[in-house]
Amino acid sequence: MDSSVLFSLRLSLQVATVATIFVVIIGIFIAYILARKEFKGKEFLDILFTLPLVLPPTVTGYYLIVLFGRNGFIGKLIYEWTGWSIMFTWYAAVIASFVVSLPLMIKTARAAIESVDKNLINASYTLGHSELRTALKVILPLARRGIIAGAVLSFARAMGEFGATLMVAGNIPGKTNTMPLAIYTYASSGEWEKANGMVILLTVMSGVFLYLANRYSRRIV
Amino acid sequence: MGLYLRLKWGPPKGSQKNRRLFGMGVSKTFRGREKINSFTLDVEWHMDNELVVLLGYSGAGKSMTLQMIAGLMEPDEGLVLSNGKIFFDSEKGINIPPQKRPFGYVFQDLALFPHMTVKENILYGADGMDNRERAKKAMELIERFHLKGLEDRLPSEISGGQKQRVAIARALIRRPDVLLLDEPFSALDNPLRVEMRALLKEVRREFSIPVVLVTHDITEALTMADRLIIYSKGKVVQTGSPEEVFSNPKTEEVALLVNTIPKCHPYCGRK
Repeated sequence: MDSSVLFSLRLSLQVATVATIFVVIIGIFIAYILARKEFKGKEFLDILFTLPLVLPPTVTGYYLIVLFGRNGFIGKLIYEWTGWSIMFTWYAAVIASFVVSLPLMIKTARAAIESVDKNLINASYTLGHSELRTALKVILPLARRGIIAGAVLSFARAMGEFGATLMVAGNIPGKTNTMPLAIYTYASSGEWEKANGMVILLTVMSGVFLYLANRYSRRIV
Repeated sequence: MGLYLRLKWGPPKGSQKNRRLFGMGVSKTFRGREKINSFTLDVEWHMDNELVVLLGYSGAGKSMTLQMIAGLMEPDEGLVLSNGKIFFDSEKGINIPPQKRPFGYVFQDLALFPHMTVKENILYGADGMDNRERAKKAMELIERFHLKGLEDRLPSEISGGQKQRVAIARALIRRPDVLLLDEPFSALDNPLRVEMRALLKEVRREFSIPVVLVTHDITEALTMADRLIIYSKGKVVQTGSPEEVFSNPKTEEVALLVNTIPKCHPYCGRK
């Protein structure tokens, strides 16, 4: 394989892996709160975390620029302290992938957590266990299939992320051109052979991920 | 030794429509109430070291009473005392969380943790004890409840009667002050039910703790109870020994309940 193809493959895997780690940790936490807590503004939070699923990725990317750009709310602070901007680095690609794949994790994990029998949770309480311990020992283990399915889906989504990544990380060869971006570049410059290989690779990988996600989500305890 | 309780719980005051209009944050208790809507619970009773059966049709408030004793549900008003210790007192604003209440609870569907083995299920009730004591207690209970050889099986791999025994063992490992059972035998067929009743009597004798058993099965009530507390529509309509209640039912409904073995009643369609 061409070294630029290899670079894109490696970068995509790296970005998707890091993004998925954050998606799993933060996604489980948010899913748990949405599934088990009643509070003001819950509906609003739910909608906020679902939006990236339906918004055009360019719009999500636009919001990320507003937040993390050199003049953005958070980006400005970072730039003033460190003289560094996250834009157009592979970290920006991680943020884009994270935001876009988080809803998949939250939706799947929330459904799995909600499906845990309420009596099991009550039983854990009457046996003297705190809410945290009950979550770790009973709820999350019983929701694990949904959580794994959500993680796999999120990883697949992160691998395929294009629009938001393009907005915040650009398409810099040898730096931020993940597979979907590279495919775009090859297709627009007519390098069909390189594009073909990547397209087939991405399709096969995504198919495998969907197969895994289905296997896990079907057998939620 | 003994348990005293006074519980009041009712539909929310004011129109439900109004309450629904306020804010997006509909409270959990309110959601619970929506379902049961016009049901009111208003009971007061006490027990000593005895086996009390709460008897009544489904929907009379028996299970709700158990949940309020255990702290899984909060009454609007009332008092829950066990061995002189306050666990709930609406006037003083005391509401001890379920984790800190010394009650063993056996759920209607048993609520065994499907991802834990028999042994892990039983041990799960004994956190906070030192490890050697924990293991020793678990072994004692496993032997006492004839579960030897099944320790490493999952709940899905044992029979209904065995599950029953695991659930009771798990509830007992913390040495609770009171054992609460919510229709635990309703899913069993008859011979097994008879066996479980005998077992429960042994448990009571050996552990010498008050036992509250919820049932709508009249045979179970008459054979098990030291004392019957009859529930109807959220109220206690009669208490007394099975003989007393049987020979002198106070209301027509109680008479109907104890004299016939009802196949089904308008209220029991729920199950």
